[in-house]
Amino acid sequence: MISETRDISNFVAGYESTFMLIFWVAVFFIVGISLTMIWFIYRYNKKRNPVATQIKGSVTLEIIWTVIPVALVLVMFNFGWTGWKPMQEPPEDAMVVKSYARMWSWMFEYENGRLTDTLFVPQNRPVRVDLIAQDVLHSLYIPAFRIKQDMVPGREGFLWFEAGQPGVYDLFCAEYCGLQHAYMTTAVVVMPEYDFEEWLADTTQVLVADAERPGAAGMQILRMNGCNACHSSDGTALVGPTFRGLYGSTVTVITDGTEREIVADDDYIRRSIYEPDADIVKGYSRGLMLSYRNLIDEQGIQDIIEYLKTIQ
Amino acid sequence: MSENPTRSIEPSYLKYKGRYGGIFAWIFSTDHKRIGLLYLWSIMTFFIVGAILGLLMKMELISPGKNIMGPQTYNGFFTLHGIIMIFLIVIPGLPAVFGNFFLPIMIGAKDVAFPRLNLTSWWLYMFGALVVLTSQFTGGGPPDTGWTFYAPYSFQTPTNMLPAVTGAFILGFSSILTGLNFIVTIHRMRAPGMGWFKMPLFPWSLYATGWIQLIATPIVGVTLLMIIAERTLNIGFFDPSLGGDPILYQHLFWIYSHPAVYIMILPAMGAISEIIPTFARKTIFGYKAIIASTVAIAFVGYFVWGHHMFTSGMSGVALYTFSILTFLVAIPSAIKVFNWVSTMHKASINLQTPFYWAVSFIFVFMIGGFSGLVLGALATNVHLHDTHFVVAHFHFIVFGGTGFAFLGAMHYWFPKVFGRKYDAGWANIGWLTFFIGFITLYGPMFYLGIAGMPRRYYDYVEVFHGGNIISSFGSIILIAGIAIVITNLVKSAISGEKADQNPWGGITLEWKVPSPPPLENFDEIPHVTRGPYDYS
Repeated sequence: MISETRDISNFVAGYESTFMLIFWVAVFFIVGISLTMIWFIYRYNKKRNPVATQIKGSVTLEIIWTVIPVALVLVMFNFGWTGWKPMQEPPEDAMVVKSYARMWSWMFEYENGRLTDTLFVPQNRPVRVDLIAQDVLHSLYIPAFRIKQDMVPGREGFLWFEAGQPGVYDLFCAEYCGLQHAYMTTAVVVMPEYDFEEWLADTTQVLVADAERPGAAGMQILRMNGCNACHSSDGTALVGPTFRGLYGSTVTVITDGTEREIVADDDYIRRSIYEPDADIVKGYSRGLMLSYRNLIDEQGIQDIIEYLKTIQ
Repeated sequence: MSENPTRSIEPSYLKYKGRYGGIFAWIFSTDHKRIGLLYLWSIMTFFIVGAILGLLMKMELISPGKNIMGPQTYNGFFTLHGIIMIFLIVIPGLPAVFGNFFLPIMIGAKDVAFPRLNLTSWWLYMFGALVVLTSQFTGGGPPDTGWTFYAPYSFQTPTNMLPAVTGAFILGFSSILTGLNFIVTIHRMRAPGMGWFKMPLFPWSLYATGWIQLIATPIVGVTLLMIIAERTLNIGFFDPSLGGDPILYQHLFWIYSHPAVYIMILPAMGAISEIIPTFARKTIFGYKAIIASTVAIAFVGYFVWGHHMFTSGMSGVALYTFSILTFLVAIPSAIKVFNWVSTMHKASINLQTPFYWAVSFIFVFMIGGFSGLVLGALATNVHLHDTHFVVAHFHFIVFGGTGFAFLGAMHYWFPKVFGRKYDAGWANIGWLTFFIGFITLYGPMFYLGIAGMPRRYYDYVEVFHGGNIISSFGSIILIAGIAIVITNLVKSAISGEKADQNPWGGITLEWKVPSPPPLENFDEIPHVTRGPYDYS
């Protein structure tokens, strides 16, 4: 609604003109009709007007208040359609980012294979975001850009935009997806084109601070896959059990309905990531985690195990 | 309307002694008036539960972070709040309570066409409600899918979702049977002389509603059978891991659930069309235009369900079609508003509580309607879809529309139903508190949605804090309003001053029978010669 934000994305103007048209028509009618009612209630109160004049209706009036609203809503419809149409027509040369949504985190993959949990985009360049839902429905929503598109498992989808002003904007999941839906949020970082190219080329940047620490690579994989949404590293029980103190400990699990004790060794960690429903830790629900077989390779598993060893 | 008002010496339906005594005299009664009251008490009980759930959610949202409950509880609460309010309250709502009570009287009949089927409908309603509520206490815990049960999350959640859907299925049958009963009653049992265009507008709205109930509701049954087939036989309809399509589920769900919105709102409009002429002491403006708009809403309402799915990835052609139809379905509602307001012109208005409810109905209904246009336009829908703007919009329509009309109708027909007057002072205070609370609660949600706050969010970022404080504050005022209104009505029903046969000077047939009416309403079926609102 605020006009200085009009170039935050290329879709803000279409949204605003449609919104403002309907808004002012609404204000006109709601205020007009309400005041008319109040006037009638005052003027034609039985004290002032003891005998009502019986009026059965008027064909002319019925036609007027049918035709004028029809014309108005057709104009409104057309504004909405015109504002929406470009959303399904992404430019051929748009930069492509793949987005992965799963309960309850985001991952973005760039053309050079770089992975992030925050969406980084260049300013003034069309960006097409391909939408991949890995478990249930999600919806990628960037309020400042006035765009949203549902992410449907098993269906290809996309949205696109061109951001106009550098800055950091909220990115929400807008389709209810279970327990931590409200926390499935991240941000869009819009950078000047030159800075973006530099950022994209520099694949070490994210790890600089703690690259030397043992387990840093594993921690990075956990972050990229959103594991921390359900598994804490500080001992807190979330949707899933915590990572702290897990490696090498004895865990009570339920396998095929029977309870057994098992040592959390390399095999256990691998099986928990590839076949999450094989052994359910006692006290937690099955069916909440999907297999990461296609997302984390054997090297990744080893890196994760190295990280887990650091928080025993 | 009738030239021969009936004076009855029969005992009233409240006092009548039948085959059974005590509570059985009610739960086994086939009298349409007792069944209407059974629905009233059931709906009121469920409403209090649903409203308290709503209040607790607003208390959770009063500030970011955890306040009084965790996310699992919150998600369960908004699911149960939705199921109760939609399936147990607003869908049966006005037709089940006032339709049952007043349809036969208003058309000059002794009862509905199938009184036993009518009682069966209430039993199905209670059984369905029971099945829905068992989902809260059995299996993997309360469902947390939202009242829409969207696939595939609803297939994966470990919570107890199947009883909730089965309950909705049973409730659907209750709704279908009520609709069928009303349609037959209206076709076959109108008093001699009451042609279609001498029938009052509330029965007209029930007639249109009956057809929606009859035609749209079976889709819920079909959908449930598909869910069972998917879960037990592994036939992939909706679950992508079985090769199904989640979007198909959304289509089937909304093919029923959108027309269900009109099941709620048409009888509400019908009640408003009764209240306004009575207190204006004036014939309704554009009687036939209102009937035409009722039928038009019922018809076009079948073809707009896709507007719930504008961001789901449908084709441009589908979006174009659903958007334009959504705009057109707004026209008949606008026509009704113009006719209601015109009825007040040159009237002689007796300003009583039901009239306050009716006028505030028009006000909140206009806000709800125009915000619906914002959502019907594609460019704005993409931003506002699944945000608090939608929550505000449908609470203005569903709660504002149905709720204000229901309470207006409750006050309007109160003397007839209970034979007693409500306390007018408290009724007006209750209305004002309710109205202020309503606007304070739902108004800020428009702002929150425009600012980008998604719905079904247990927690939120700091930007949304201000709007949520006001909204939560409003919920307290609204609950106070509800408490005042209900307390006043219950108290007045028990010990209010005795009411006359016709306290408002209404001229439709229900005002020509005693308050409360005798068992079979009329000693002698009236012969109708004049139009329903002919005050001249």
